[in-house]
Amino acid sequence: MTKGDRPEHAAPPEIFYNEEEARKYTTNSRMMAIQAQLTERALELLALPDDGRMKILLDLGCGSGLSGEALTEQGHCWVGMDISESMLDVARDREVEGDLCLHDLGDGLPLRTGTFDGAISISAVQWLCNADRRGADPRRRMRRFFETLYSCLTRGGRAVLQIYPADSSQAEMLTSAAMRAGFSGGLVVDFPHSTRAKKYFLVLMVGGSTAMPAPRGLSGEASDEEDGTVAVAGRQQSGKRRKLGAAGAGGSSRHPEGKGKAWILKKKDQARHKGYVNIPGDTKYTGRKRKTRF
Amino acid sequence: MKLLTHNMLSCHIKGVQNGFPFKIEPVKVEQIDADYDPDFLRHIYPRLEWKALCEAAATMGAPGLPEEVTEEMLQDDDFLRSFHHALLELVLEEGSLVCPETGRQFPVHKGVPNLLLNEDEN
Repeated sequence: MTKGDRPEHAAPPEIFYNEEEARKYTTNSRMMAIQAQLTERALELLALPDDGRMKILLDLGCGSGLSGEALTEQGHCWVGMDISESMLDVARDREVEGDLCLHDLGDGLPLRTGTFDGAISISAVQWLCNADRRGADPRRRMRRFFETLYSCLTRGGRAVLQIYPADSSQAEMLTSAAMRAGFSGGLVVDFPHSTRAKKYFLVLMVGGSTAMPAPRGLSGEASDEEDGTVAVAGRQQSGKRRKLGAAGAGGSSRHPEGKGKAWILKKKDQARHKGYVNIPGDTKYTGRKRKTRF
Repeated sequence: MKLLTHNMLSCHIKGVQNGFPFKIEPVKVEQIDADYDPDFLRHIYPRLEWKALCEAAATMGAPGLPEEVTEEMLQDDDFLRSFHHALLELVLEEGSLVCPETGRQFPVHKGVPNLLLNEDEN
């Protein structure tokens, strides 16, 4: 896969996540770190009651079980579902704690009513928007998925689905499908001002009217640990953005505090010596900061 | 697959009304060790279909769970141990799950049930 292409456009998930792709999830430390961060954040949004009890959770699109391991670490019991056999093979080799099922989310979840305390899903649900087989209707698949998800959760339970929507209409489509199934809640967007660090979480609640959790990184700053990108990201910023970002505090990138009155007087003097005309005179206002009301 | 998961699964073929419980046809059953947590057992008990668990445990070679469970039994360590063993320590490695209504078989291979549907079933 070349960088920037969406895997959703390459092939159906059961074919795309072949042995080679599955192996990456155990050898590529960057992928693993990002998965772990996303799971951590999803668990935070899931906001399970902190009563020290083991909960039983659902991991949709569990893949190689990276997200499941985070659940085990938190002391919960989980059942994972995925459509890719190769990914589940990897999960089995890693001896994850949860039970695994080979299953297509678009067929609806094969679960009894009111059995799970919560559900998470990391980077999986956007696959439902694809119509990769003849006769596959994304809207119908989404509807079945959300309806069965709604019914298998206990009252007051939550589902947090981290998604990579292709565009805003896809995010909208998923959200409205979830609302039609009876969920309350909506989309939480972390780091909305950053192209690379932006993360979408669909936070769905059953029967609760709790307030929506606040997204992270609203003020536009994206710290390296949190944004899910690697440290070289700064280098890849365009020159224009870098300038804009640095100039905000009132100086250039080399002199973030501004250059000061002495420097301005020196430069004006140099210009006069070179014979330039129309150099403003030196007054008590030279090099002063403007008042904020300006 | 543990019996906890079996107790949650229900057949989702289109048109099936009574997809629960799957009948287990075991070929290979393994026993694993799981951490004993009485609190979790008490928490999960109201959500389980007890009869289905008893039957499943019997087919997997661990009969002896009582048919009825009372409040006192949920405090009794001996009972909770056998409950724990049936729920979390019996693992179906190879075999199949059979839908009680249509008789459709879902194979279980290396502990992972294959619940994918054919095109005419969804």
